[in-house]
Amino acid sequence: MIDRRFINSFDGWFIVVVLLILSLGVLSIYTVTYAVSSKGHLPMYTKQLVWIALGLVVFFLAASIDYHEIARWSTFFYAACVILLVLVILFGRTGMGARRWLSLGLFDLQPSEWVKLVVLFVLARYLSTRSRVHGLTLPELIVPALWVAIPLLLVLKQPDLGTALVLVFIPGVLVSLIGLRSKTVGISILVSLMAFPFVWEIFWSALKPYQRNRLVAFINPAIDPMGRGYHALQSKIAIGSGGFLGKGLWGGTQSQLKFLPEGHTDFIFSVFAEEWGFLGVMVLLVLYFLLIWWGIDVAYKAKDHLGVLLAVGVVSILVFYLAVNIGMTLGIAPVVGVPLPLMSYGGNSILTTMAGLGLLLNIKMRRFMLFY
Amino acid sequence: MMIGVAVILSALLFRAWYLQITKGSYYKEQSENNRVRVVYIQPPRGLVFDRHGELLANNVPSFNLYLIPEDISDKNSVLNELARLIHLDRAEMEEKIQSRKDNVPYMPVKIKEGLSLEEVTLIESHRLDLAGTLIEPEPQRNYLYGTLAAHLLGYVGEISPAQLQESGNSDVLPGTSVGQSGIEKTYDPYVRGDVGEKIIEVDAMGHEMKVLRVEPPASGSDVYLTIDLNLQKVAEEALGKDAGTIVAINPRNGEILAMASHPAYDPNQLSQSLSTAEWDALSSDPGHPLTNRATQGQYPPGSTFKLVVSSAALETKEVTPDEQINCTGGLYFGRRLYRDWKRGGHGPMDLHSAIVQSCDVYFYEVGRRVGIDRLADIATQYGLGQPTGIELTSEKSGVIPSTQWKTRVKGEPWYPGETLSASIGQGFVTVTPIQLAEVIGTVAMSGVRYQPHLIKAIRDRATQRLYEFPPVEVGRVEMSKKTFTVIRKALAGVVSEPHGTGAAAQSKFVSIGGKTGTAQVVETRPGVLTKSLPKKLQDHAWFVAFAPVEDPQIAVVVLIEHGGHGGETAAPPARKVIEEYLGNDRPEVHQQL
Repeated sequence: MIDRRFINSFDGWFIVVVLLILSLGVLSIYTVTYAVSSKGHLPMYTKQLVWIALGLVVFFLAASIDYHEIARWSTFFYAACVILLVLVILFGRTGMGARRWLSLGLFDLQPSEWVKLVVLFVLARYLSTRSRVHGLTLPELIVPALWVAIPLLLVLKQPDLGTALVLVFIPGVLVSLIGLRSKTVGISILVSLMAFPFVWEIFWSALKPYQRNRLVAFINPAIDPMGRGYHALQSKIAIGSGGFLGKGLWGGTQSQLKFLPEGHTDFIFSVFAEEWGFLGVMVLLVLYFLLIWWGIDVAYKAKDHLGVLLAVGVVSILVFYLAVNIGMTLGIAPVVGVPLPLMSYGGNSILTTMAGLGLLLNIKMRRFMLFY
Repeated sequence: MMIGVAVILSALLFRAWYLQITKGSYYKEQSENNRVRVVYIQPPRGLVFDRHGELLANNVPSFNLYLIPEDISDKNSVLNELARLIHLDRAEMEEKIQSRKDNVPYMPVKIKEGLSLEEVTLIESHRLDLAGTLIEPEPQRNYLYGTLAAHLLGYVGEISPAQLQESGNSDVLPGTSVGQSGIEKTYDPYVRGDVGEKIIEVDAMGHEMKVLRVEPPASGSDVYLTIDLNLQKVAEEALGKDAGTIVAINPRNGEILAMASHPAYDPNQLSQSLSTAEWDALSSDPGHPLTNRATQGQYPPGSTFKLVVSSAALETKEVTPDEQINCTGGLYFGRRLYRDWKRGGHGPMDLHSAIVQSCDVYFYEVGRRVGIDRLADIATQYGLGQPTGIELTSEKSGVIPSTQWKTRVKGEPWYPGETLSASIGQGFVTVTPIQLAEVIGTVAMSGVRYQPHLIKAIRDRATQRLYEFPPVEVGRVEMSKKTFTVIRKALAGVVSEPHGTGAAAQSKFVSIGGKTGTAQVVETRPGVLTKSLPKKLQDHAWFVAFAPVEDPQIAVVVLIEHGGHGGETAAPPARKVIEEYLGNDRPEVHQQL
């Protein structure tokens, strides 16, 4: 039943790295939420373990089905995702000032987490058929622009700034990989400049006041330490006070005493850094580096354009999240609510990340296969 | 691509290095500031005893309500809830929070003192709606006898922003109760004690998670006053409902034995945080209950000033004790008739009879001979015209006029006629009752003047050592013993002789020497009896006394505002105080302890 290629391409160290990061995540979630009494609910770390288990299933599924097969269905997935995003706007559950979730009883579905992968697929499929010799022409950019624009507007409507940025980032990376004609570059820049005020207007007005505040606070966190800049400041204090060796598990006063908000989700890196210190941060970043290295290796060895574009896309999303999330906790990026892949609490994030990693394995497994 | 990723991750790592290693200690401190709160524990103030060790002021537990501005998420709802539950005034709470604006937001602001148990229960049961409120059991000053000796005890209150600015208060924390008046204020550094600290860990909501360290407060030192509780009670009873004051002093060492001033305030009430309305009512009360009449009231001394004039006249040899001056009921000076209080006059008077019968004409004449400047010199030797230096704030100095004074203050030359008014303690002359107590005490001691004081001893709480305050001689009136003997004999005559104006002070047990005084508030036309005037225009009644005449142990001053004749209204209270004191031989603090 098990495909031989699966075993051949199965890099043991890669899965160890993934599991290590996941464990560190669960541990951090445990230390910040163990005291939270949730009557009738599973504790968060248990839920996270369940998600990880499901994530492994998704991982193997994403690895098993040929990515060409998935790509063929991508338009369908895309349509489904767009419909879900519309449903979110109509019936979604509101949390933290944004309407992002569809309540499905046991589980809150967050379509914006999934739309990234879907957009990646439709873009990769479209761009993989374009010539790489002379670069893309302007008309060739219109189709991907439309693919991106529809979910982008829907996501901004929620609003979900993090996902919106990823949705802009993915086509950017993919298009730059394919290459543009110089004329295309010139015109794109011109058009972008002309459109910027309008786009900015739409973008800015789509933001909730708290999101605008976060951007303002990023520029100058000292303006109002108890208000806008509070998250960023407390996060810096948490990380900085960890010192070299950290304060130990449960020893993080910033996270234990709730000075650091969202310790189990967006600011899990701060919790980790406070408990484990610079030493831990170094180890964690090395682990992530190994993961990305492996992903880039997959992209290099992929046998066709589609594989390369998909692998690069997945790696880009990972790097983007890492940079934005950790950058945010370190106070060098604005407070944009994106999770830290594999560590932050949350089913949608775990499942999509695991799906992405499964996809990478998928591409690696099929690198020797002949084009059919 | 690999390189790009490596650059991004290294940037993150460098940033982490910067935060955790380069600025690690800075952020460590920040995180400590976040979680550690210092809660100050108010020390109990030192106890206040009378000279025999009778307790006058102690501390009782009081539940005080605090707000911690930083921990209040919704100020409006918390204040509304408090207003609803325990009927606090919203505007006043706002004001209290505002007035502490310059301080750190996690410092608790005292909103109300002395919550009743019922109020405590109400607040505790609504704890969830009242995040950021805190009820602290704290020692509250308690004055056992209410208004008794209120002016000399004073009261306590939360240190004001202005007081915090004053030098010498650098170690006092905002919110501390400090003495605001009386010996509570003067001896505050001893009585206050040292604030303790409770260092606690709080979470982001401000809830106390655990106590990290406690440094208990050190209570203040105990104070033993020179006053005698019984004598003080007797003095206040003797004063009754009249506005006025009684000061009793031991002339041998300057110890104040009793100091009553009426009307008085209740220091228990003032030591609670008063509302603005309550405070306004007190400070604008026409009876001036906040004024200590003994040290802050300035009155013309009237005939009691004749003591000073006699001293000056004898010492300058402008008159001999035997010289007779004929009193015909008035003295023409310049174009004006200076009247004697007795219509028709006293006839021929020597010094003794002039004092005994309080003849004005005699003193017009000798005053004229002495002249204002020599008079002022002796008066100053007696300590008049300057604060006595008693341990009470805002003491007044009174006025002893001289030619120099007149040009300096009034910008006019001295008119000789004004010397005549001064000679009977009218005109520009004013004194405080405590000053007169010193004068009569100095006469009793033949010129030796002691610093009047209120503190007998201070007991250090930590070492239990008792520090006693020895008497301090502040000056001498340089006159012959004989002069004092003559004057004292006359003062005894005032009380004991048939024509004496102070006959009402005569005692069955003890020989009392004294002098009456009737100080005019307004100058009346001849023939108009002041008794027919409205109360506030009637004369002030004085009586200054010492006893026993042979061996003086106590000097007493009585002033009854608008009391009419000194001999009638002021002499009997003086007698009561003297009889009480000399009939009392209980042991004193140093013998007892």
